[in-house]
Amino acid sequence: MEIEKFYYDNKIVKNFVIATILWGIVGMSIGLLIAFMFMFPNLTDGISWLSFGRLRPLHTNAVIFAFVGNAIFAGVYYSSQRLLKARMWSNFLSKLNFWGWQAIIVGAAITLPLGYTTSKEYAELEWPFDIAIALIWVAFGANLIGTILKRRQRHLYVAIWFYLATFVTVAVLHIFNSMELPVSGLKSYSVYAGVQDALVQWWYGHNAVAFFLTTPFLGLMYYFVPKAANRPVYSYKLSIVHFWSLIFIYIWAGPHHLLYTALPDWAQNLGVAFSIMLLAPSWGGMINGLLTLRGAWDKVRTDPVLKFMVVAITGYGMATFEGPMLSLKNVNAIAHFTDWIIAHVHVGALAWNGFFAFGMIYWLVPRLFKTKLWSTQLANAHFWIGTLGIIMYALPMYVAGFVQAFMWKQFNPDGTLTYGNFLETVSEIMPMYWMRAIGGSMYILGAFILLYNIIQTVRRGSKVTDELAEAAPLTKVTKKRTTKEGYHTWLERRPVKLTIFATIAILIGGMVQIIPSLMVDDYVPVISSVKPYTPLELEGRDIYIREGCVSCHSQMIRPFRSEVERYGEYSKSGEYVYDHPFLWGSKRTGPDLHRIGGKYSDNWHLNHMYDPQSTSSGSIMPAYKWLISDALDKSLTEKKMQVMVTLGVPYTEEEIARAKQWMDEQGAGIEQNLYNDPDFAKTYEADKKYAVDNGIDFIEMKDREIVAVIAYLQRLGTDIKVKDETEVTTNKE
Amino acid sequence: MLKFIKGNLEQIDGVAIYPIISLLIFFIFFVALFWWVFTAKKEHIQEVSNIPFDTNQNKQGL
Repeated sequence: MEIEKFYYDNKIVKNFVIATILWGIVGMSIGLLIAFMFMFPNLTDGISWLSFGRLRPLHTNAVIFAFVGNAIFAGVYYSSQRLLKARMWSNFLSKLNFWGWQAIIVGAAITLPLGYTTSKEYAELEWPFDIAIALIWVAFGANLIGTILKRRQRHLYVAIWFYLATFVTVAVLHIFNSMELPVSGLKSYSVYAGVQDALVQWWYGHNAVAFFLTTPFLGLMYYFVPKAANRPVYSYKLSIVHFWSLIFIYIWAGPHHLLYTALPDWAQNLGVAFSIMLLAPSWGGMINGLLTLRGAWDKVRTDPVLKFMVVAITGYGMATFEGPMLSLKNVNAIAHFTDWIIAHVHVGALAWNGFFAFGMIYWLVPRLFKTKLWSTQLANAHFWIGTLGIIMYALPMYVAGFVQAFMWKQFNPDGTLTYGNFLETVSEIMPMYWMRAIGGSMYILGAFILLYNIIQTVRRGSKVTDELAEAAPLTKVTKKRTTKEGYHTWLERRPVKLTIFATIAILIGGMVQIIPSLMVDDYVPVISSVKPYTPLELEGRDIYIREGCVSCHSQMIRPFRSEVERYGEYSKSGEYVYDHPFLWGSKRTGPDLHRIGGKYSDNWHLNHMYDPQSTSSGSIMPAYKWLISDALDKSLTEKKMQVMVTLGVPYTEEEIARAKQWMDEQGAGIEQNLYNDPDFAKTYEADKKYAVDNGIDFIEMKDREIVAVIAYLQRLGTDIKVKDETEVTTNKE
Repeated sequence: MLKFIKGNLEQIDGVAIYPIISLLIFFIFFVALFWWVFTAKKEHIQEVSNIPFDTNQNKQGL
């Protein structure tokens, strides 16, 4: 047998490792900044692009797609080459994958703070980026599959299956969830509305966690834990069961994000059932990872790499136990919309993804630079400060979650809410927010220690861009050899078939979710009094989306006594039929807004946006001063309405034609209302006079952004209050 | 009152077949999966689980 010589591409791995560390520190820093905004809401006062609502999606995107994403690519590019005994298929695709991904991240870092967002969680980037992500993702997949096809190792190790499933599923999820109709270069509307949009979004959101934060890392676990412990995985058979059952079950569980919402009951129950089942494969995988260390636990005492990995896998176990518990309806009733969920996702992100990535980096860098880790002590210090940071982060958030839930639901004997003012809860949990910020600071300090240690290691090493390896090429498989092999052995030799089967496995659950989701809008009961937004309200809604209000305010009143008492009539699916995209939200840092319409005066809203603490003492909402001074951009209003018509919103041609005039009238009405406040009248008239006297352009109040926002907020949830006209009909005969 | 949130999908024609099909797919999937796993050969499993260690370069050409 002739042995072939070839070179592993280490340079691409090195690039991805550097990107992982840098974007990790950036993403965590933004997280820390917004954590401090809970205590100092006006930390970045007046700077629109540094406001909480715009930075929050930047934080989540940076951590998920920049930090974890680059870590995935680093690990996959390193391990795939070794597991397949081949260099990556195409140097060009490797480079395209790297530079394309970094370009998308930079684009996100610019557009998200500027307010270009779809508002759909973890899919906030606007449509040109969605296309770019799809292309770069395909480049990654093509490179991976190309490498598999020219491999020198007959059988595909289980890690490779996880990588393949990741590639296929993320592609499917991303494309379905990103269906949107562009209005302009950086603005689009989701083709789905209301309940349907919510279903598709959380089918995506849940599976983005599954197939971006979990399956690729499980693949990495099956490679790097055995390598670091220097012994094969505990049970390879268990890993086969783990893989197939995990990818098969995971994709069904999305609706557990929407329990007690206006989502149909059957979908909620399906989500719960599959979430509970998910516990089995998740824990099977965790046990498989931990037991790989059997007989090597002494190494865990000394080797920081293994320490990080053990905590990572333990974190995975904790988060995947908690997940199914959170999907139980009675637990979810308490946890949903509270800080408990923040604790839950950070156990996953900080422990599982973060610590695994750190462990992998400490293992990889010395090998990529042919040297030893510069300081084991520093790595150990990082481990301890990071672990304490996770605990300091998560525990207070759990406490905060319980405090919120129980205060929100507490009744007096006479049937009134004990804590009727939402702010009572907020001020109660301020100490928890402080502790969280300290925990986060410790974690990020650990990341800086890693950075320093890695720089010192690299300085002392010599880089090996292309690592020499040798292996025999594959020979043709003869009949004789295959007569007695089992079915799965056969499948493991056939990457294309394996990919197709994995695709079928995820598509079954995907279809069970998606087909009814695509049909559900035909079956949502029509409420006759629910009408499309006026042009001004539509523009106000777009500002609501731009400012990321949905990060802290839900628009979904669940059918609980405590919520109906606090917010008003519970939300109906028929109320959202014109909501492209839906804005139900997932967190209540502030109160629900679905029935905010008509609750306060127009003046209250203006004052509240200008200085939230003046109207609501102790509020942690930041001020939105620019809304009050900036002119409303009306240039795209007609276009927006036309796009809405394409999506099925019944605007007539006359309505579109008189949009400008209509906005003027509604805006003038609100301006008139604002004059009810003598303070407003005084300052506004003074401003006007000053502008006229000094020849400065003056923007009439009716043409400013705040008026559109007020129009939208005053409209919210009021449609069903229209008396005598409300009737409910089924949509379909 | 609950008509607002309940039964949004019960009117789809023949919707009852969905759960039955789902259950069948589910059952068959796991029976097949465990069948594969329990009939897998020991030596093969041994070999495959050692792929990360790069020790059996000559064996794989056989």
